Amino acid sequence: MNERSRLNMIVVQVLIASIMVTLLGRLYYMQVVDVERYRSAALNVQSRDVVTPANRGLIVDNTGIPMAINRAGLEVTVDRSVIDKLPDKGASVLSEVARILGLEYQDVYIRTRLCPELKAGQKSGCWNGNRYQPIPITKSASEKQALSILERADRFPGIDAAPISIRYYPSLAGENGAHLLGYVGPVTEGDLNSSNGGYFRNELIGKSGIEFQYDSELRGVPGVRTVIVDRKEAVTRESRNVAPVSGKNLVLNINAKIQAIAEAELAASIARGKAQGRRADAGAVVVMDMQGRVVALASYPTYDPNIWENGITVRQAKRLYSESAGVPALSRVTQGNFSPASTFKVVSTAAAINAGYKLNQTFNCPAEVQIGTRTFRNFDSKAAGRIDLKKALAISCDSLWYQVAYDEWVRDGGLRPKPTPNDHFFTTARLFGLGQKTGIDLPSESAGRLPDREWKKSWYQRNKDFYCNYSSRAKKSQLTPLLIEIARENCLDGDKVRAGDAVNFSIGQGDLLATPLQMAVMYTAIANGGSLYKPQIARAVVDPNGTVIKEFEPRAVGTLSTKKKTLKLIQQGLRQVVTGGTATGAFAGMKVEVSGKTGTGQVFGRNLDGSAKDDTSWFASYAPTKKPVYTVVMMVSQGGFGASTSGVGVRRIYDGIFGEGGKKPIAPNGIPSKLPTIDVTSSLNDEQSNSARTNETGTVKSGN
Amino acid sequence: MATELSYRRSSSRFSLRDWDLALGLAVVGLLGIGTILVYAATRDWFASNGLDPQYYLKRHVINILIGALLAWSVTLIDYRMIRAYTPVLWGIGVLGLLLVLIPGIGVTVNGARAWIGLPGGFQIQPAELAKITIIVGMALILSELHGNQEHPQSEDVLKALAVAAIPVMLIVLQPDLGTILIVSASVVTIIAVSGAQIRWVFGLITLAIISGYVAVQAGMVSEYQVKRLESFIDPNADPMMSGYQLRQARITIGSGGISGTGLFDGPQTNGRFVPEQHTDFIFTVAGEQLGFLGSGLIILLYLIILLRAFAIAKRTNDMFGRLVCIGVIAWFAFQTFENIGMTMGLMPMTGVPLPFLSYGGSSMFACLIGIGLLQNVHLRSAR
Repeated sequence: MNERSRLNMIVVQVLIASIMVTLLGRLYYMQVVDVERYRSAALNVQSRDVVTPANRGLIVDNTGIPMAINRAGLEVTVDRSVIDKLPDKGASVLSEVARILGLEYQDVYIRTRLCPELKAGQKSGCWNGNRYQPIPITKSASEKQALSILERADRFPGIDAAPISIRYYPSLAGENGAHLLGYVGPVTEGDLNSSNGGYFRNELIGKSGIEFQYDSELRGVPGVRTVIVDRKEAVTRESRNVAPVSGKNLVLNINAKIQAIAEAELAASIARGKAQGRRADAGAVVVMDMQGRVVALASYPTYDPNIWENGITVRQAKRLYSESAGVPALSRVTQGNFSPASTFKVVSTAAAINAGYKLNQTFNCPAEVQIGTRTFRNFDSKAAGRIDLKKALAISCDSLWYQVAYDEWVRDGGLRPKPTPNDHFFTTARLFGLGQKTGIDLPSESAGRLPDREWKKSWYQRNKDFYCNYSSRAKKSQLTPLLIEIARENCLDGDKVRAGDAVNFSIGQGDLLATPLQMAVMYTAIANGGSLYKPQIARAVVDPNGTVIKEFEPRAVGTLSTKKKTLKLIQQGLRQVVTGGTATGAFAGMKVEVSGKTGTGQVFGRNLDGSAKDDTSWFASYAPTKKPVYTVVMMVSQGGFGASTSGVGVRRIYDGIFGEGGKKPIAPNGIPSKLPTIDVTSSLNDEQSNSARTNETGTVKSGN
Repeated sequence: MATELSYRRSSSRFSLRDWDLALGLAVVGLLGIGTILVYAATRDWFASNGLDPQYYLKRHVINILIGALLAWSVTLIDYRMIRAYTPVLWGIGVLGLLLVLIPGIGVTVNGARAWIGLPGGFQIQPAELAKITIIVGMALILSELHGNQEHPQSEDVLKALAVAAIPVMLIVLQPDLGTILIVSASVVTIIAVSGAQIRWVFGLITLAIISGYVAVQAGMVSEYQVKRLESFIDPNADPMMSGYQLRQARITIGSGGISGTGLFDGPQTNGRFVPEQHTDFIFTVAGEQLGFLGSGLIILLYLIILLRAFAIAKRTNDMFGRLVCIGVIAWFAFQTFENIGMTMGLMPMTGVPLPFLSYGGSSMFACLIGIGLLQNVHLRSAR
């Protein structure tokens, strides 16, 4: 053999041996080094999870009346990954389905769009999930509608119908409960990525209210059946089968009947305000017991909590957040910030005693008081002569407080405050719970606003640029002589608590804001001897088999730090409001003794149509006076006088609770000490035999 | 010619130690593993369709037996006698490639008209057998040197290329890209080892690259082949077709891990996520079910076969025998690399079977005849 041939053969041998070693190396990398990546990819290829949603836990009131249940429904879904491939992107299929289901094509179209596909402002009702999930367009198709779709599957590619469980708020006591109970909706991408975790795709989860707050208890664990499929998606075997675990039931402190009365009376008060020529655009009412257990909670305007049941329509979704409809989605109880006005005077009374004024001291209540260059007028500009602090509460004298607050402001150093000012009014307000969240078991609570010295400073930092360049920054319509003067003052010493601020604060006006819930907690503390309780809606978590898993005991989170005598003075003053003060007319003829305080708050600002805002109407109260059981606070935004709008509404709620005026009392002794048994089937049977409901054909899953 | 050589007429006169035992055992090992893998790839599939689960197993064993018989026959005659019949063999190979192109005789599978239908549902693939005729034909021309020349001259190389070019052109018409690549690799390797000037080797490699490029650009390569190439470069380009197959193949192999899912127990294989898993993608079955230990052993067995073949090529003093061995080595090596490399994403997808493992008669016959040739050379160079 010649040399060249031998040499080339060795080269070829080395080459061939090395390509074989390359194969071995690649094999090693894939099967040993990178095996996990390929294993998980293989699992993706082979396995399919079939998720069976768990029965969501029921929500019942403190007497066992079901407030949230599950109903069987027929869901029609659209598979975007299928219809998008049709020549017209599924337009004809969707319009035919909309026709069969009796829906608007536009609604069906929006519902099947992913939210990012739509322009801002047109997203209401869009699909929050992804393209590969079947998108529900209705959950209450009739059997006939479902069949007409399923029988002609060839004409409806990507459309499917299947039985599902629907969250349903049966309104058995006539209650609405929208802001209380909240609603459920499909898991979004955001939910899946959130730290809460544990969600399954296509699951329904609580989105607001109690449904959101106690979602982890109510939701249960979906059943998952994992099957191994072949290339044609035929199931070859089952690798895992976990049965769903039903969610736990929730017993509330709420009394559904009182809730229904509170809602009705809130609406009636709004109507009364309107009849008096007021705008009366929103309102809130809270009923709680002496330990902060919430018996009723309602906000106006409201919405039908069952609108989510059938998939919300675009019009419904827009209305929920529309300004002209009064933003029904917003709960005024926990999120509405309003000047507490004269209901705040309980704080001022305590502050005055803390500042050293005597319990029996008398004060002048003139028609007006001159402070600096400004004149502060009494309500209705009437003088009441010399009065004590009780009478001051009863007739709601403002001018008394102008003088006390001004004197205290001067004592703290005025515009050149002392290094450690007493700030009796601010300090007492904080002790009474203002400026802090109450800690209620509802999401997105507002803390209100306590405009103390620190708040003023931070406000100034945020706004001085605007006020100090007012003529160039403000809109043309804002350039009135008064506003220009205010801007000049704000630029000059807006970082300081001025005499006017101190005076306004003492009558619950100015920059002070509170939620109706904060006022309810405060009046409960006055009634119960000084304990601030965390408001609590849920009472107990109960297993579907009846075992009590957790009870939420009332929890005191603070005290008013006010002497017994001071509290007694305030209590007497509040009784006098009803017996010989601003609310006497509203409570005339009432057998049960009620103590309370009216509030009529002036609102700076204008409505959308440019009209000046009407006064905020408040009534904060508790009853019976001697041995209080309930606190009731009602607020009507732009409702006018405290007594005539809210006061009357509160009185009627008490009538219902204590059975006055020939009514049957509902729960005059408060929340029953025993937990109710949960028996949904019988409650619903009662209801069905009593009611004229005819469309109620679905069967009810009791969860028991 | 060469009367001083004492030709042995029959292999029956050889004793067991005259054979290359390691080569034989490695081949038997691969055949055994292949039989099990073909069964594992088809058993559940056929059973779930109510068919005989051993359908492919039985046919595969028959193929092996026929192939073994052919290999044994090849060893009977001294390979140097085969030289005389080389032109006839070559002619038969070309005839087969011509027949396959005639509509009605040639059968198209996967875009290539590469099979001849036979009675009884059997098919043969002339290109597989043409590989042997090309190797033997080129070896003949490059080993018969004129006068006292030590190396093949340009004239010899051109003649040898012509011997290869005619069948290759016919395979291009099918078209069967995989076979062309393997034959080209063999041709270049044979020329390199023949001692021809090295510029031929580089020239041919350059030519192969240019003609490949031109063929793709000019649309001479079918869209089917272009797709396969594209999906090699970007496996997500055509996820439902060839890219899908390649991705599934890699997932199947990678998920096997060190020891595999166990024989007959692979969910990827049993779910039939990899198409052609009993033929071109048989290695994925080994990868999933036998893991790195089993599929690594398979590659080692190939390495043993190739190294033994090199030993035989080195040992013989006869240039013809050596070039035949080298041709067979290059064929086995590149076909194995192309096939396994394709399943692991190292090589683009072409439809070539894995020697000794894939189900398929023609390939099995050709590969075993190749082994017969190696043993033949080994037997006749024993001293």
